[in-house]
Amino acid sequence: MDYLYWGDDANRLCGVLPLMKNFIMNIVKSLTLHELLRGMGLTLRYFFSKKITIQYPEQKTPQSPRFRGLLALRRYPNGEERCIACKLCEAVCPAMAITIESEQREDNTRRTTRYDIDLTKCIFCGFCEESCPVDSIVETRQFEYHGEERGDLLYTKEMLLEVGKKYEKQIAKDRKQESKFR
Amino acid sequence: MEEFLKQYLDPKFAITFAYLIKIFCIVIPVMISVAYLTYFERRVIGFMQSRIGPNRVGFFGLLQPIADALKLLFKEIILPAKSNNFLFFLAPLLSIAPALAAWAVIPFGFEMVLADINAGLLYVLAMTSIAVYGVIIAGWASNSKYAFLGSLRSAAQIVSYEIAMGFTLVGVLMCANSLNLGEIVMAQQGGISQWYCWPLFPLFIIYFISAVAETNRAPFDVAEGESEIVAGFHVEYSGMAFALFFLAEYANMILVSILAVIMFLGGWMSPFSFIPDGIFWLLVKVAFVLFFFIWFRATFPRYRYDQIMRLGWKVFIPLTLIWIIFIGAMMQTDYAEYFH
Ligand code: SF4
Ligand code: SF4
Repeated sequence: MDYLYWGDDANRLCGVLPLMKNFIMNIVKSLTLHELLRGMGLTLRYFFSKKITIQYPEQKTPQSPRFRGLLALRRYPNGEERCIACKLCEAVCPAMAITIESEQREDNTRRTTRYDIDLTKCIFCGFCEESCPVDSIVETRQFEYHGEERGDLLYTKEMLLEVGKKYEKQIAKDRKQESKFR
Repeated sequence: MEEFLKQYLDPKFAITFAYLIKIFCIVIPVMISVAYLTYFERRVIGFMQSRIGPNRVGFFGLLQPIADALKLLFKEIILPAKSNNFLFFLAPLLSIAPALAAWAVIPFGFEMVLADINAGLLYVLAMTSIAVYGVIIAGWASNSKYAFLGSLRSAAQIVSYEIAMGFTLVGVLMCANSLNLGEIVMAQQGGISQWYCWPLFPLFIIYFISAVAETNRAPFDVAEGESEIVAGFHVEYSGMAFALFFLAEYANMILVSILAVIMFLGGWMSPFSFIPDGIFWLLVKVAFVLFFFIWFRATFPRYRYDQIMRLGWKVFIPLTLIWIIFIGAMMQTDYAEYFH
């Protein structure tokens, strides 16, 4: 019957005393609002701390060269379109945002006649850019654009080429900087 | 003012007119302070979360409350299908009216009070209790389960905390021997050491916490409980009808703060006897108390419903009763002067 052995009185007291102490401490703690006051102390410290707000239009967070923003189609420096209508991007796009139609040109190369990206479908995953063998479709650092009417965000080939023309310098610089990691 | 008006007007009309002017002198500053309390709250909570809060509209964002008010004003008031129209529109009025009516007995300075009635304290208690009908009716008339749950919760909560709050006020009136708010303040004359927050310290704390619960503010905002029941009793309200609830909540907040100041922090009395008293002190103290309201909201997560009930019934009510008995006993001893 060992397990019924409760120890002598001293032992029993040793077990009870800390319990009582805990019990009393708990009551004292909750009556003095100890934990609540500590929480309030914490918020008060933050009240005087430095604010981390970025005031957007004036201040901006730093951007990575791999930033995935507005899509663009690029041209070679000689003005020729890069895209060879291989349709890899169309195939890989998880959101099925890309629509391509192609035909043979007079010089027997294959080019797109239609290259649409529905930016309302696009999830900016960057797979199209990764799949492209000729670095034609790319994502730029632009994120401040909008459409005011239905269909404004359905980008056609001309619009995408226009974006590419506008930001070519930045695009080329970012690709060059990242080239050793690709 | 009445004498001045009597020179130009029919005497009966002059008295009414004087009262109207006085009412406007109270209601308009209250409305303005409600508007700026929302701004203050957003700024303070922002600061406590390492943000800066609204700072775009106007200088330092000072026009933000006006922009918000205008926005609410232009919004459509949507009437839920199968709601009880009459009660649906009565509810916001029922919550704003008592919140403003209670201001009638608040003394802003010596004899600076609209209605100097003897049972001022009871009147205030009655008015703050009526406010809960707005919430209950809103929840019921909306014909929405979230709103209904919210109103049930708030009914139970307000009933429980009203008792504790009432008992704390009993302590005050035992000390002051008066129910007139002006006289309660006068009894605390003579600097910071005479304020009732010292002899009645536990009651002061309990009053304050009950006041937070009474006004449905965080951490006792189960009636709204965004994360549980969307927006609680006002989930179906929009536009101006919603704004009225909003106004009532903040007006009530200011009201209970001003009551806390009047009953425990010496009203318009200055903390040191060598500095003159005045309404300035009242405003400073109220701002200080309001800061605590906002501070609580920034700090504490919402109480669970059963915890609120436990705190109200099993902690506050016994504690207040014990302290009242203690005060009563002390008043029979030699230390009675500390409690007057
Ligand atoms: S970024 Fe992704 S979703 Fe957008 S077009 Fe390219 S592959 Fe499709
Ligand atoms: S953009 Fe690139 S991947 Fe897409 S069709 Fe053109 S060449 Fe192929």
